[in-house]
Amino acid sequence: MNTQHHPEHPLDSFLAVYSDSLKRLALNDSGFVFDPMSGQSFTVNPCGLELLKLMQKQADVTLIEQQILQEFAVSADVLERNFLEFSEQLRRYLK
Amino acid sequence: MTHTLKTWQKPSITPHQLGTLNKFGRPVGGDYVEKIDGVAVDDLLRDYGSPLFVLSEKRLRDNIRQLKRAFESRYQPVIHAWSYKTNYLNAVCATLHQEGSWAEVVSAFEYEKARALGVPASRILFNGPHKKRAILERCVKEGARIHIDNLDELYLLDAIARELDIFTSVTIRLNFETGYTEAWSRFGFNLESGAAFDAAIRIGNSSHLKLRGLHSHVGTFILDTRAYQVEVEKLCDFMELIEQQAHALIDSLDIGGGFASQNAVQGLYLPTEQVVPTMSQYADAICSTLITKTAQREAQGKPRLTLILESGRAVVDDAEVLISSVVGSKRLPDGRASYIMDAGVNLLFTAFWYNHKVKPTRSLQGIAEETVLYGPLCMNIDIVRQSISLPPLSVGDSLVISPVGAYNNTQWLQFIEYRPAIVMVHENGEVSVIRRAENLADINSFESLPDHLNGQFNFSE
Ligand SMILES: Cc1ncc(COP(=O)(O)O)c(C=O)c1O
Repeated sequence: MNTQHHPEHPLDSFLAVYSDSLKRLALNDSGFVFDPMSGQSFTVNPCGLELLKLMQKQADVTLIEQQILQEFAVSADVLERNFLEFSEQLRRYLK
Repeated sequence: MTHTLKTWQKPSITPHQLGTLNKFGRPVGGDYVEKIDGVAVDDLLRDYGSPLFVLSEKRLRDNIRQLKRAFESRYQPVIHAWSYKTNYLNAVCATLHQEGSWAEVVSAFEYEKARALGVPASRILFNGPHKKRAILERCVKEGARIHIDNLDELYLLDAIARELDIFTSVTIRLNFETGYTEAWSRFGFNLESGAAFDAAIRIGNSSHLKLRGLHSHVGTFILDTRAYQVEVEKLCDFMELIEQQAHALIDSLDIGGGFASQNAVQGLYLPTEQVVPTMSQYADAICSTLITKTAQREAQGKPRLTLILESGRAVVDDAEVLISSVVGSKRLPDGRASYIMDAGVNLLFTAFWYNHKVKPTRSLQGIAEETVLYGPLCMNIDIVRQSISLPPLSVGDSLVISPVGAYNNTQWLQFIEYRPAIVMVHENGEVSVIRRAENLADINSFESLPDHLNGQFNFSE
């Protein structure tokens, strides 16, 4: 498995900054998300939940993407695009 | 490695609203439109491209038949005159003419279009404030019914009829207060000021003009049927007055258009089904007033009046949809989802005052959230829907926007984009192109380039 870091990945900085906030989120399998810092709760769809779980485990974007590509029928391009947009949502909600 | 991959859907997270459950957090995946009159949306897009207007011939015929039935079961004779400006695609006009509708035109262009389609002049009502001498001469020669808008037109028409020595039956357009609508006082002769009476007297004194019709159009998207009761009362009272004092014998009352369609007007928060009267309710209000107001006249042995209706949007609006595709997505800074569509206000002029229904064409997974739909124009005002609850969409997803049959195909703009094809689904399920998509040659065909501007462009290296 290629574990080499890609420094140019636009999500690197997101994960660097938000990894702590992501780790503190309480997740359950029906898609309920609770942020103990803000008291705010959310609903996340199944693929979003998958990404949140992976991001709580590691901060390497490439590894997360590889994991998804192995499990889901999605192209690398679409995944990156979707992942980016998802991170934009998280950035706003996890302030 | 061979194992089945799980289905991917765009990841999305939605905050719960304070206190309550997110008002948009309701799954709407089940609510979608896969087919239009039995024809798959995917097939239509594959064959004709996106965006695409789709007309239902069946719906159009059903609508006009329903309108005719509602009125004719209460009063006869009734004539429906198709308001060309609402949608003057030949296929639409021809369908309605097959159903017996006359043509109601408001410009030389519309008159020529109706004549070219094969409508006899005697079945054309010519309305509107702009009629030049040439078109008036043609109408007089061909025998169209002219609805006079103002005194200058009256004098011009009188002169033309005398010059050509043709006795010409005319209608005058009136405006007045109904108490339920905003007065469209810039069209026609005002009743309250006496201008309408003066015009009737003037026509009564003409050797060649005969005043035979009274017309008014009290507004559009009229939700209170009492507006029509007042309209019919005022037209009837005025008719009595001028039949006594201006040597007129009226043969028809034209009450214009204005019936609302099942579309949601912005700023109106009740569901359309609750506020839009049914065709029977409109017909009841109009016909019962007309019967009461003309009973005495009929007893005197005068000929029965023809009731003319010019209903536009209520006939065509829900017979047409616009299919548009997502070309890009963007999270707005305030958190709302937004999408860029390949159709905007260039094609959907009515988006300025309607909140159109927007439905996906497949079952969408995911949680619905507040969404903005933008068109493709480089303009801030290009918004198809300011706020609508939709699950996450992907590039290539298509949406069916409805109802769009009224005023969009006549008021659309050729602004930075080509106008797309319009197809009609016929009653037998066949599809035909009734207006092909525009191309560069079409647009350029209007232009000519002066010789000295041809080439020799001077770009710096
Ligand atoms: C004279 C006249 N008749 C008919 C119509 C059609 O109106 P609607 O589409 O509201 O029925 C109009 C619309 O403006 C009109 O001006």
